[in-house]
Amino acid sequence: MAEVQQKDSGNKKGQQKKQTIRVDFTPMVDMNMLLITFFMFCTSLSKPQTMEIAMPPKKEDMDKIKQEDMPQLDKERAITLILDAGNAAFYYLGLPDYKNPQSLKVTDYSPEGIRKLLLGKNVEIVTQINELKEKLKSKQITQDEFKKQSAEIKKDVKNSPMVMIKPTDGASYKNLVDALDEMQICDIARYAIMDTTEMDRFVMQNWASKGALSAAAAKEGTLK
Amino acid sequence: MPKVKVKRKSTFIDMTAMSDVTVLLLTFFMLTSTFIKKEPVQVSTPGSVSEIKIPETDIMQILIDPKGHIFMSLDKQTDKIEVLKKISEKYGVEFTPKEIKDFSLLPTFGMPVIRGENADKATVEKAITLINQNKINEKNPIGVKLFMALPTEMQDKVLKHLGIPNDSLNNQFKDWVGMTRHLMDSTNRGDNFKIAIKADAMTPYPVIKQVMSDLRDLRENRYNLITSLKGGGSSFEESKH
Repeated sequence: MAEVQQKDSGNKKGQQKKQTIRVDFTPMVDMNMLLITFFMFCTSLSKPQTMEIAMPPKKEDMDKIKQEDMPQLDKERAITLILDAGNAAFYYLGLPDYKNPQSLKVTDYSPEGIRKLLLGKNVEIVTQINELKEKLKSKQITQDEFKKQSAEIKKDVKNSPMVMIKPTDGASYKNLVDALDEMQICDIARYAIMDTTEMDRFVMQNWASKGALSAAAAKEGTLK
Repeated sequence: MPKVKVKRKSTFIDMTAMSDVTVLLLTFFMLTSTFIKKEPVQVSTPGSVSEIKIPETDIMQILIDPKGHIFMSLDKQTDKIEVLKKISEKYGVEFTPKEIKDFSLLPTFGMPVIRGENADKATVEKAITLINQNKINEKNPIGVKLFMALPTEMQDKVLKHLGIPNDSLNNQFKDWVGMTRHLMDSTNRGDNFKIAIKADAMTPYPVIKQVMSDLRDLRENRYNLITSLKGGGSSFEESKH
């Protein structure tokens, strides 16, 4: 595929014949194109992202931990997030209120939903972390320092919200990941995935029936 | 009058520049991309803003499809062989060296271990007819031994209907994870060993809950959830399939 062109530039004696060697690269290009196509179909450019989560240990192991080391739930700071079927999400603040069906509020996974609520509750940490992020951007601190300092900030503040994520059996995996994602966006230091309890289900049914359950219970006098 | 001479131009196009470009592109693709692992089920992972990349070595990936079938993959073939040997001891199922070799070559595995399973010619024939009739599922499964005796195209066809059982009566999933953890700890790789869950976005929560509670029983409380980057990150991948 390579051709040697000879140019006769006069027949002067003693002068070397000039040779230009041209190599035809067309087959090379063909082969490369084939390889590129192969790589485009058989590989993926984006390496998968991961989300690290740490679950609480099981109950028997929990009992071994000293009581004072256990995170104490502060009802002032608790937010319970219930993820229901059909991408619906609800939340209530503090302890469940059995009497007032309006205590359970509807929310969603959009920026106007959970995120707005949590950012509002977590202003102190969010502003500090944002300052750190600015510093990281302008290269005042390194990535490692950023990690260390943001961990410090999250540890320090005492009035950040504690979020309990309670997916119901109707929820999908996407809902769970979305909720966990919001925790990351809002820099929530303490959150846990929990099972829905009897109380949560009662509150939800009470909300759905617009307070019929609590009214009935009040009539029977079972509700304290 | 002299004839007008039409100058003959050679049609030789210099492809050197073109070749340069393609080689450059090729290098780019080779360096930045990773090979897609062959998976029995196509899952689309939910999006997240998390930017942590997944490590490539010492990782156990748990693949969960929307129907709740569980599959697994380990990055090293030798690990797969070791884990299978431990499983075979525990369940009392003998594997031939060829079966072990074939098993280690599977990119993703996920079939139950069935005690006293036959893999002779008649059983294989029968299994193939059942697969063609779509009668093989998690309730009427094929065990590892019979699976390894099937031809490759039948393996591909049936694997997505199998999965590792993880119900309370027959929780083989726990054994697989537990054995792998044990192997990693005994070869001093326990600190780097990571478990990654790759589940479809539409998987119902109870399926995930069961897996999480199994992992909790094994004291595996830290693991990774594989997600795709939010905002078009997954659409590129999806469009290719």
